[in-house]
Amino acid sequence: MKQLIKKGWRPVSVIILFIIVWEVACQAFEIPTWLLPPPSDIWNEAINGWGQYSKHISSTVQLAVVGFLVGSSIGIIVAILLYLIPFMRDAFYPVLIISQNIPVIVSAPLLIIWFGFGMLPKVIIITLVCFFPITIAALDGFRQTNRDLLHYMQMAGASKLQIFKKLEWPHALPAVFSGLKISATYSVMGAVISEWLGANKGIGVYMTLASSSFRTDRVFVAIILVIILSLLFFSLIVYIEKKLVRWKPIEEGNAHESFNH
Amino acid sequence: MSHLIIKQINKSFGNHAVLKNLSLTVNDGEFVSILGPSGSGKSTLFRLIGGISLPDNGDIYLNEVKINGRRGSISYMPQSPALLPWRNILKNVVLGAELQGPYDTKIALQMIERAGLKGYEHHYPHELSGGMQQRVSFIRALLSPQKFMCLDEPFSALDEFTRLDMQKWLMDVWSEYRRSILFVTHNIEEAIFLSDRIIILSERPATVKHEFVIPFPRPRHEGLLLTEEFLHFKKKVYEKMQK
Repeated sequence: MKQLIKKGWRPVSVIILFIIVWEVACQAFEIPTWLLPPPSDIWNEAINGWGQYSKHISSTVQLAVVGFLVGSSIGIIVAILLYLIPFMRDAFYPVLIISQNIPVIVSAPLLIIWFGFGMLPKVIIITLVCFFPITIAALDGFRQTNRDLLHYMQMAGASKLQIFKKLEWPHALPAVFSGLKISATYSVMGAVISEWLGANKGIGVYMTLASSSFRTDRVFVAIILVIILSLLFFSLIVYIEKKLVRWKPIEEGNAHESFNH
Repeated sequence: MSHLIIKQINKSFGNHAVLKNLSLTVNDGEFVSILGPSGSGKSTLFRLIGGISLPDNGDIYLNEVKINGRRGSISYMPQSPALLPWRNILKNVVLGAELQGPYDTKIALQMIERAGLKGYEHHYPHELSGGMQQRVSFIRALLSPQKFMCLDEPFSALDEFTRLDMQKWLMDVWSEYRRSILFVTHNIEEAIFLSDRIIILSERPATVKHEFVIPFPRPRHEGLLLTEEFLHFKKKVYEKMQK
């Protein structure tokens, strides 16, 4: 807790200062609220409008979680296939890169045309945003397997599958988690974007309705909700990582010194 | 029974001959050291015995069975401890055995205790000193079902004090289990102190330059290191290495 205060006071005071400047500027320059509402208005809306937006949250959370699970599973499976089968790697790696160069905002309408307004096109959109960071991170993790450990496993007669299961996979786990953290925050964004394009519930819908009726305060409430959800997802992944990855990765050269610390 | 014969092995990478007409044997229960300058192809030799790479020609036999390119015929202790950082000591110790099939945790626990590591079973490798990690690595090799052991400069990264301790410990354990061991080192003293026989390799391309049978009876104690005979023998080996 002490550490949290010690580390946290700087960013917290920057945010507080920012909010104060914002509030004062809004009052002093008499900015119309439809253009930029002061933080106090946004706060009031966040409190009083709970009944308005609460139903949207659960729908977005559900979508983001399903999309994230599907996306990260696909991301991990793709990484494993590309790593273990060199032919697949040669064939599909460029396709993967290209898939990331198509903006979601362009591919999403197509998906709606093909799959309608249900859950499926939305999950596909989130999957498209989510799987890439995980695939890249996992592939890097596999490739950076410690040479000494690999040499031992080979000399000890480990099969390719044993090497993967007992060495490369656990070794790549921290890297996989870096990918998962990025994707966890992307999944919320992906969910909101997919809701913009056609849904009857969700933070994306709430946001579209708010902006088309110039309820800028509500747009800000939606932004805050997206931030909170992303942070929650992120911390959940960090928590799981702490539970699963309890060892310290080997850093160059400290294998022998570490006893003294 | 485990007895290794290497017959007339050649290996080159591109135009660089690394091993040339190299032949050697290790008899059952024998401790043989290979001494050679750094980069003399000792690691290449181990890669061939381990089946990771194939000799250009020549054959390797273990107990009269040809093992060219056959992985997993030997148990191995590398230069760095190479312990999996996410496994505790117990899980690391059984890794070599685990790769070959079912294993016995009870024996593993006994071995850990014998190595003076009792209480560390559930610690992780980064919590152990370099010497302790090497002991874990050695037990791992000893617990592997393959009876023939290859040790690749296992003590080269340790300081002088730890190294001597480890050598004495290794001798103790070895005299009890009497595995056949092929030991690579570039430390003359270590080779004489530990082995039954020393094989000296030439510079690249490596071939057997000379062979010494160590005359000192076992059990050997560290006092031996300072006797006249030992120093005299060391000088003889040293001279052969220079030529």
